[in-house]
Amino acid sequence: MEKEQRRDHISQQFDAELEGVRNRVLAMGGLVEQQILHAITSLAEGDTKLAENVIDNDIKVNSAEVAIDEECTHIIARRQPAASDLRLIIAVIKTITDLERIGDQAERIARMSQRLAAFERPKTQYRELRHLGELVAKMLHDALDAFARMDPEAAVTVAKQDLRVDQEYDGVMRQALTFMMEDPRAITRMLDVMWTARAIERIGDHSKNICEYIIYLVKGKDVRHIGLEKMEKEVKS
Amino acid sequence: MASQQNGLTHGINLDAIERKQGTRDLNNETICLEAKSLALFYGDKQALKDINIRLPEKRVSAFIGPSGCGKSTLLRCFNRMNDLVDSCRVEGDICLDDESIYAKKVDVAELRRRVGMVFQKPNPFPKSIYENVAYGLRLQGVKNRSTTDDAVEKSLRGAALWDEVKDRLHDNALGLSGGQQQRLVIARAIAIEPEVLLLDEPASALDPISTLKIEELIHELKDNYTIVIVTHNMQQAARVSDYTAFMYLGELIEFGNTDAIFTNPKMKQTEDYITGRYG
Repeated sequence: MEKEQRRDHISQQFDAELEGVRNRVLAMGGLVEQQILHAITSLAEGDTKLAENVIDNDIKVNSAEVAIDEECTHIIARRQPAASDLRLIIAVIKTITDLERIGDQAERIARMSQRLAAFERPKTQYRELRHLGELVAKMLHDALDAFARMDPEAAVTVAKQDLRVDQEYDGVMRQALTFMMEDPRAITRMLDVMWTARAIERIGDHSKNICEYIIYLVKGKDVRHIGLEKMEKEVKS
Repeated sequence: MASQQNGLTHGINLDAIERKQGTRDLNNETICLEAKSLALFYGDKQALKDINIRLPEKRVSAFIGPSGCGKSTLLRCFNRMNDLVDSCRVEGDICLDDESIYAKKVDVAELRRRVGMVFQKPNPFPKSIYENVAYGLRLQGVKNRSTTDDAVEKSLRGAALWDEVKDRLHDNALGLSGGQQQRLVIARAIAIEPEVLLLDEPASALDPISTLKIEELIHELKDNYTIVIVTHNMQQAARVSDYTAFMYLGELIEFGNTDAIFTNPKMKQTEDYITGRYG
């Protein structure tokens, strides 16, 4: 719905509850984004202490998911939301599932970075992984931004970024294969690199999912599994 | 649409998990009642403005909207109850099964037999339960005792009241609870086998359990009757109806599949009303 014309509910309490849920999702998103960035930094800089922090913090992400889920259940039970309010609650419930999974991937990256820190560091300092990581962190950031502004056009733009992430991921994988063929002693380390790249790439997919929920929330259209082109068409119609 | 089965999914019921495309679509329905450019005036005041609506047969259509939006007035047009209001003037037309109900030759009593009505407050006659249900039949001149007995039982069963009253059919109907009285009135309405049932806030004076019984009853009745319900309770409209109409200030704002109205309404006014932003 047209956000600038959006009126308040007659029940101010209900308004406050919905606003509270939206803010909590954004806060959870902020935490998850930070987890990604820290995990990537720990990887690139071999900072095992930072990696440990990320692993410890995952519990906060998990409890945020549980808390927001519970709040949504209460709102459904007490308010029986309809139309855009209903879509908001549905979108939130789905979004936090993806955020929690992103959190898990960040934790996975942190664990890999601890293992990789034990190996000799390559000259590149894992530049390609850092780059890929920053790309998906930006994707998540922009997706959360689109959520905050209820902006479906921005959501499409972010969803399109996933193509680039996939391309870069393929590049990393090819490079890793080449290294392994050149030097079998590098296989153990390169396998960890590949797992890390995979975790980062998954974050891109989850961020794209969040974009799809935003479009559902604002336009009331389910744009999952229909391809970027159709998605863009739906948003413009 | 049956799913393609291949070796990998053999034995799995794919139909059960397939998306049900547009469960109900107004374009695929048989239309029972239709209002065409309907306008209604109480004296100088216009209560309904250019209403065009097509109500499908054997479905539940709900009218929602704030007080004074004209939903009860529109409902009463469908069996010409507004004829009883002196200052009331109607323009446009309403068709029941493609025939105008405002045509000169129409027998209004016969129309009201075909289009029954139940009101907000249960209004049983101060007679026995049996006589309440048999009343319409007697008016129609049915004298045969066993025909009447059968019709009374069938109607009371149809209104989900039989088991509660079968041992006291000759007690005064006013001794029933509010919820039972309302179901009795529905039994009275269906005893004369109408095509359409108009329900004007049928559950608003009832407690939640009686309300659910009435809603369950509506669900059962729609196999045989076209039902139009006016309700203030939006959740009730969402629960019982197949189609929902939103009215505002005498105009029909939106009419469509209930699922669509309650998840993604097209009009902003509808959105504001059902999300509680009206006012």
